[in-house]
Amino acid sequence: MQQSNRLRPFFENITFDRDDNELILNFGPQHPSAHGQLRLMLHLQQEQITKAHPDIGYLHRGMEKMAENMIYNEFMPTTDRMDYIASSSNNYGFALAVERLIGLEVPRRAKVIRMMLLETNRLMSHLFWLATTALDIGAMTVFLFAFREREYLMDLIEDYCGARLTHAAVRIGGVPLDLPDNFIPDLRKFLDKLPENIKDYEDLLDTNRIWKMRMENVGVISKEMALSWGCSGIMLRASGVEWDIRKEEPYELYDEVEFNVPVSDKGDNYARYKLYMAEMRESAKILYQVLDMYEGTEPALMAHAPQYISAPKIDIMTQNYSLMQHFVLVTQGMRPPVGEVYAATESPKGELGFYINSQGGAYPYRLKLRAPSFWHTGILTDLLPGHYIPDVVSIIGTTNIVFGEVDR
Amino acid sequence: MRAYTPKDDVQKKPYYTDRYWVAPQVAKSDVSEDAVFAADLEMLKGYFDVLDAYIQKDQMVVVIHAKDNFGVIELLKNVCDYNQLSELSAIDWLATEGKFEIFYQMLSMSKRKRLRIKCKISEKESIQSVEKLFRSADWSEREMYDMFGIVINNHPYMRRILMPDDWEGFPLRKTYPLQGDEFAQWYEVDKIFGKEAREIIGPEIRDSARVDRYDTERFARLGHEVPRGADISQGEPDTPLVYQEAEGVFMIEKFDAEKSVVISDRDR
Repeated sequence: MQQSNRLRPFFENITFDRDDNELILNFGPQHPSAHGQLRLMLHLQQEQITKAHPDIGYLHRGMEKMAENMIYNEFMPTTDRMDYIASSSNNYGFALAVERLIGLEVPRRAKVIRMMLLETNRLMSHLFWLATTALDIGAMTVFLFAFREREYLMDLIEDYCGARLTHAAVRIGGVPLDLPDNFIPDLRKFLDKLPENIKDYEDLLDTNRIWKMRMENVGVISKEMALSWGCSGIMLRASGVEWDIRKEEPYELYDEVEFNVPVSDKGDNYARYKLYMAEMRESAKILYQVLDMYEGTEPALMAHAPQYISAPKIDIMTQNYSLMQHFVLVTQGMRPPVGEVYAATESPKGELGFYINSQGGAYPYRLKLRAPSFWHTGILTDLLPGHYIPDVVSIIGTTNIVFGEVDR
Repeated sequence: MRAYTPKDDVQKKPYYTDRYWVAPQVAKSDVSEDAVFAADLEMLKGYFDVLDAYIQKDQMVVVIHAKDNFGVIELLKNVCDYNQLSELSAIDWLATEGKFEIFYQMLSMSKRKRLRIKCKISEKESIQSVEKLFRSADWSEREMYDMFGIVINNHPYMRRILMPDDWEGFPLRKTYPLQGDEFAQWYEVDKIFGKEAREIIGPEIRDSARVDRYDTERFARLGHEVPRGADISQGEPDTPLVYQEAEGVFMIEKFDAEKSVVISDRDR
């Protein structure tokens, strides 16, 4: 009898006393193409998968519990650690939920800056997706190309908020900072070059025989399956459901910008890849429009709501009442009204929702994080059987799961 | 005598609340104000008891009996065209009313509407799985069981999902402390080294903010370095500061402020 509770080798993936040919294989939790800490238990007949059990929780930090013990503003940097590939979109999702709960109207300049952050984050996330997935499939060149472009964007974000990965660049009620001087020309320079870059990736991949063999008709998700599994974002749109929260339930300035929602009805890996490419182009389109909106906006960056939001720094330094408010808000935290809210945003991965139940206290009574990747991992249970081992890598790649978000 | 602290809710509480503080409420409006929701609610009322229904923040909230959960969601899915179950979880009200509140967050893409079904069960009760209707409930219900200990009937694979299988306690309950309980302190020690190593290793320090100023095993004392494990509780020896760089380092030139170049344009 093997004992699993000591530091001894424990061969749990080898079954000795069985008559059939079934092999149970542990894929992960330390597999380079598992995109984090995913452990997949695969039941194999030869190379074909008969059963798949995704096992998660290796990155579980109990963020929901932490949220119940933190004031609202304190939780903001924690949301960075969910989808750490595009952290501003998590910051924004949380800020939006609290703003809806309080009923805050955010100044227009803050909205414009938020739109810029959200879309640059989407580009960063999609570039990262392309790079890692291409690397998993073996396309090293695309990886290097896409990381180069992502690096420019990370530099831009760094210029804005000082951080490259965990931005915390959004505040409840607005944004903390105005854009630095060179931000808009730099972003424009990047966007002007982006179509060329995307064309480079597509030239390398679109008709690449290996890429097509690994992608086409692999990991086909039907429309019913995608809906039933709670898929969102590209996972849903690749299966023929035209649903983009930016379009259907517009938040911020998404109702003022023009963009298309690319949809495919194929449902396979290749369709998802094409949608990522198309979405990058749409993001660039949105960014061009948002860049023009910045000029002429009022300089206010934070909403005016003395009960919930600290006054601008100049007021805090000159006016006694603002200083007192600020002191109370920092030490005790804001107290949103009693009630509950569920705010969904379209993060680069899909529908990112924050459910907050407030009992009028400084700490949320219950905060539920609805992270899209959670269900995109769950769907592997139904998606993988019937596929072969090499397909597992490409399927995990195109589901675009991030484990900070799955385990929370 | 030590002041009594309630054990049924150990979450952090504000240290000061004004005597006259009255928490404002998020406005609830009547369902009849929205034609689409009103029609859905009529449909539901035809088959099930509806305890309460209102619209809050553009989403309808319907409170039902816990025994009706499968039927209600089946009706909403098949008749009212709510085609996605985006979220499902629970809220712990054990301290105040001895109940869990379970909510189902649903989305109708054709109507562009979201609604929330809520029901309450007591601690010992279990609830019917809706996994047959929405596969997404498979993992959500497992998570709910894992975090709250709410048992789901007719679930195909009722096991913990985020915590290890042999974990004790349910982390999201209000009775569960933020830093974990005693079981959590010993879990990894027992698992990796065995129970007999408890004396040698000691419990896991789960308070990430804890700093022991006499601990020279885990904490470096910058500028006052002492050998690892030295006992400094009786006063610490003076450590003369010696920098390696003082005598020059092999292969590394001395920093010269005159010669350094500041790169101003990164040439994007």
